[in-house]
Amino acid sequence: MLDVLGYLAFFLTTALSYALMCLGLNLQWGQTGLFNVGIAGFAAIGAYASAMLTTPPGGNHFGGFDLPILIGWIGAMLASGLAAAIIGAITLRLRADYLAITTFGIAIVIQLFALNAQSFTGGAFGIGFIPRPFANLAEHALAFELANLALVGGVTLLVFLALERLVRSPWGRVLRAIREDETAALSLGKNAKRFRLQAFVLGSAIMGLAGAIQGHFIGFIAPENYLSAITFQVWAMLIIGGSGNNRGALVGAILVWGLWSLSGAAMTTIFPPEQQVRAAALQIVAIGVLMATILLLRPRGILGEQMTVSRHLEGGTGDG
Amino acid sequence: MSLQFIADGLLIGSMVGLGAIGVTLTYSILGFANFVHGEFIAWGAYACLVIAGLIGLGFGIQVQPLGPFSIGWVILVAAVFAMTFTGLLALALDFLLFSRLRRHGNAIVMVMASFGASMALRSLLEFLFTSEPAYFSREIQIAIPIGLGVRVTPDQMLMLVLTAVLVLGMHLLITRTTLGRAMRAVSENPSLAAVGGIDVAAVIRRTWLIGGALACAAGIVAGITVQIRPFMGFDLLLPMFAAAILGGIGSVPGAVLGGLIVGLAESCAVQFVGAEYRAAVAFLLLIAVLLLRPTGLFGRAAG
Repeated sequence: MLDVLGYLAFFLTTALSYALMCLGLNLQWGQTGLFNVGIAGFAAIGAYASAMLTTPPGGNHFGGFDLPILIGWIGAMLASGLAAAIIGAITLRLRADYLAITTFGIAIVIQLFALNAQSFTGGAFGIGFIPRPFANLAEHALAFELANLALVGGVTLLVFLALERLVRSPWGRVLRAIREDETAALSLGKNAKRFRLQAFVLGSAIMGLAGAIQGHFIGFIAPENYLSAITFQVWAMLIIGGSGNNRGALVGAILVWGLWSLSGAAMTTIFPPEQQVRAAALQIVAIGVLMATILLLRPRGILGEQMTVSRHLEGGTGDG
Repeated sequence: MSLQFIADGLLIGSMVGLGAIGVTLTYSILGFANFVHGEFIAWGAYACLVIAGLIGLGFGIQVQPLGPFSIGWVILVAAVFAMTFTGLLALALDFLLFSRLRRHGNAIVMVMASFGASMALRSLLEFLFTSEPAYFSREIQIAIPIGLGVRVTPDQMLMLVLTAVLVLGMHLLITRTTLGRAMRAVSENPSLAAVGGIDVAAVIRRTWLIGGALACAAGIVAGITVQIRPFMGFDLLLPMFAAAILGGIGSVPGAVLGGLIVGLAESCAVQFVGAEYRAAVAFLLLIAVLLLRPTGLFGRAAG
């Protein structure tokens, strides 16, 4: 019973860290219509930045400043946000799908850099000894899992509430106005480029935070954690949950991560051990087919976009 | 210093260019960045491998390599079938996915669908054939010196010639035929083209067929000169996008020239910086183009 509870806590903690990425993506895609396929890259920047700031000195990588975890997380957001600001400044003024291609490229380059810049990133071995929150509880597995769940859950809730508030603010309305009709927004004197860049940077900073949280939760990061499969999963989560809706991002993340874990368990029982790497590829096929089906049959996702105008008008809103 | 890296760059570049033609055509005519194009390359290469194997089994023959080349006639026959297969695969994907999304008229949703489909197709290849590399032939090729310290294998020369023939053929198709004119018209303005009596749906179907077949050809070239892996198309995707944008979206000669530039830049990087950062070269070129000349070498400013 306690084992089940512990596993459930572990599962939810991981799912919520993906939910954070999904919330960041929802700000970029759901609210602003920015297509970011470099989620893995921004998560990697955050994870590495935080690891370098917080690990004890003496590792085979840059950093080892032994700073508190909170500083690491703030550093993660700053680093990912800065990377997004540079990429965004170059591509957001161009046609929309150039952002897709550049973010796709940046994720590849970051992975390459993590793998090859041995003295800076630790190379293929990655970075270990990342301090884990509540490490003093490690002897009581259940307490450790629950404390981590509470922490990650708390951060997710905080980000969720902040984003919900932003969506209903004048700033959020401008984002949707730009997404729906850029010319109209421009004619009202809104600087579309600046708003887009702000949404892109903020969303990527949240992805960086999520990457850092995952790194600290596991205690170890390596370049192969940041392949395009993560990007794909987070996209599937948002599309299935319902883009444009922060609740949808949470629901989608937990649902898709649940399906992923269940199908992973099923693969372990169905296929013999030597075939399992191969079988894992089928999971991605399944998620891909599911995502395409949702796009075709129910483009709004499970929850769909919530019509939001202003928090002062809550009574008059409904599902749109 | 040997000039070998220039020859290598041209070889990689012609492969990238061949793939980039399909990218640039689907981009300009269908209006979205198609991430599945990399998967057409990998699926095309595997299709050729499987078909060649079936032909070999069917006739119960051991095929001798042709002349100095590592491959026999079976591969060439199989290549024709594989190009047809990949074209039909592209068409099937359009029928199942893209044509339905096109009705909603949101290009970025198509990009997303193509991203999802490419992950699924690549993983399916990985499941079917595992991630172990496969080869068309186990023959070992001796590189022949062609002067200035440059050595090239007969296979590489054959592939260069075949690529040049395909590129020239495509260029003539686009500039000299009715279909080419119709394709250019649809890429300019689909509604106007339809009013002008062009069957837009038919043009789109042919674009998919041609794009898929060319991707397959690029995959076979890559498979013969390097190896066949499920990720071969994925690895070519960023260089192909960079080449297509560098050349200017919609321009066939631009895509080929862009491919050659990407290939040469990559081999220069391997020569002077080291092989491990090779994949970053295409990205740097892409960023440079987007900063300096977003319309590309032969492109025109949109709208």
